[in-house]
Amino acid sequence: MSVTPALDLRGIGKSFGPVKVLDDVSFSAYPGEITALVGDNGAGKSTLVNCIGGVHPPDSGEYRFEGRRVRVHSPRDASLLGIEIVHQDLALCENLDIVQNLFLGREQRNGLTLDEDMMEEIARTTLSGLAVRTLGSARRPISTLSGGQRQIVAIARAVLLDNKVVILDEPTAALGIAQSQQILEVVRRLADKGLAVVLISHNINDVFAVSDRIAALYLGRMVAQVRTADVTHRQVVELITRGTGGEVGLRR
Amino acid sequence: MPTDIPRQKKDAVMKLADTDFATDRREHDVRSAALDYWNKLKAGELGALPAILGLAALVVLFTSLKPDTFLSKANVANLSTQALPITILAMGLVFVLLVGEIDLSAGVASGLSASVMAKLLVDGGQPWYVTIISAVATGIIIGTVIGWLVSVLRIPSFVVTLAFFLGLQGITLRLIGEGGTVPVRDDVIVAIATKNMPIWLGWALAVACSLGYTATLLLRWRRQHVRGLHSKPLEFVLAQSAVVAAALLISTYVLSLDRAPSPLITLGGIPWGVLLVGILLIVCTFVLGRTSYGRHIYAVGGNAEAARRAGINVARIRISVFMIGSGLAAVSGIVAASRLNSVATDAGGGNTLLYAVGAAVIGGTSLFGGRGKARDAVLGGLVIAIIENGLGLLGTKAYLSFLITGVVLLLAATMDALARRRRTAAGR
Repeated sequence: MSVTPALDLRGIGKSFGPVKVLDDVSFSAYPGEITALVGDNGAGKSTLVNCIGGVHPPDSGEYRFEGRRVRVHSPRDASLLGIEIVHQDLALCENLDIVQNLFLGREQRNGLTLDEDMMEEIARTTLSGLAVRTLGSARRPISTLSGGQRQIVAIARAVLLDNKVVILDEPTAALGIAQSQQILEVVRRLADKGLAVVLISHNINDVFAVSDRIAALYLGRMVAQVRTADVTHRQVVELITRGTGGEVGLRR
Repeated sequence: MPTDIPRQKKDAVMKLADTDFATDRREHDVRSAALDYWNKLKAGELGALPAILGLAALVVLFTSLKPDTFLSKANVANLSTQALPITILAMGLVFVLLVGEIDLSAGVASGLSASVMAKLLVDGGQPWYVTIISAVATGIIIGTVIGWLVSVLRIPSFVVTLAFFLGLQGITLRLIGEGGTVPVRDDVIVAIATKNMPIWLGWALAVACSLGYTATLLLRWRRQHVRGLHSKPLEFVLAQSAVVAAALLISTYVLSLDRAPSPLITLGGIPWGVLLVGILLIVCTFVLGRTSYGRHIYAVGGNAEAARRAGINVARIRISVFMIGSGLAAVSGIVAASRLNSVATDAGGGNTLLYAVGAAVIGGTSLFGGRGKARDAVLGGLVIAIIENGLGLLGTKAYLSFLITGVVLLLAATMDALARRRRTAAGR
């Protein structure tokens, strides 16, 4: 591979007490591509994401970011590198409006006072770069938004600053068909802008609809990292459920 | 992009999605803004509307029941000082309520701070500024301890402040002595709630505030308009400044009239305490609305977990709001002492706290956190003071006053809860 992966983990191990949750896991995500991370419940997806995000630093293995070895021991380290995670529970403040949520904790200031105008302008640019349309007014409170619109706001929050890697945890899990489609469009657009996108999903159709690569975890081991075009639905389902599918996956 | 969904089906799906992500709208005309406001009301964002309607209804009610006394010059002035301590206490409580906590000890904290001031004045012979600083410091220390217990040990604020409600009364009792009263005779302190500004100064400040308010709104509107940002229609901005300016100038006019009971002396002007509330209102509104600290208070009240993930130090915000709450409670205690010329052992006890919480909630601050403004305390404080004052004029029996005030508080809380239900229903 000539392109340097934005995120490159090698031989990651992580145990909680006697339980080995991740065993020698390697995982890469490339700029401009969507890497789908699939696996059944308990396969270690969340733990891997938490390792990447610095919530639970890995016990062993190598963490490379844009080719450099880095140490990520806290969410702050990850965020300084430009890695953002959009969690499933979006963590938005319903009483605040879209602009206020996007800039929460990193408000633009003009001396002592908030620079509302500048924040609204940046928010507008970010949102219109993401969605086909923005969300009515950028001053709408979150409480008036639908689930899909909230997801867009959460994603926009992750890409507002100059981020390199965005990890989306089940972004369409709670949404209807139309809204899921809209979110997937947005996710695709993120990758087209050159970000490395990691998409965690249980929905095989979604995975095939947008991803460039698929990484399958099975009982704490990475059983396959393949190009989406090279595998079939059936193979991926088997990778998830049995750890092997056709010529890919674990050798029996 | 690789997709399994057939082209036609996908287009249909996209159309559906479009309707959900409605078009962008920046500029409002009067019609669309009015519609927007109506939708907001329907969705449970009531704002100051209930308080203003309640205020108008109460004024009409008491004026019709007591036509010669209620709106008399002397009573209006009396009303304005009667509302001072409740309003200041409520303004501090707005901060605490905004993060979704409660401070049941704010009333007795104001009493204890006032008794510290009175003791230092009388027994310590300290100058007025030393005693005022000590009183406010007492309040802030109480708030720091409460805030630490609530945010670091995570004891529910209800329990912590209930304990302080009892404990602080004990300290006040020990300080002043059983059944005692400490007189407050310092000229400066007594002047806060009982003396008036020179009439020219009152007018100058009222005109300056009206112009300043209008200029702020217009400049903001122009800036937003020029940069193509979300803005209200100019007509709304003008109407808003006109209403506020009218309210300011009319009350200044009424308070500037000679209200002396005898023609031999003249008595008029805005009480100094009203200026104090005005300054506090401007400062608190600025802090809550225009600084990142204020923004973080709203965030903690709206979703503490989201605030934590956004890198906000939630514990520090929680401690700080209790410090502000008890600090303003101390100021309220000083004003109450100034009004009564004394501090008694039961200062700030009884229903003081409930009146203040009632004022904040009536004004539009939510008991569930995340919603409220500094002006709520002023509007709600006026409502409570009018009820107290009006019932007093009617010579209502004590039991009825309690009942009526209780019902009003319950009404406000019901409105808050119903509005919250509407909001949850509106967010699909």
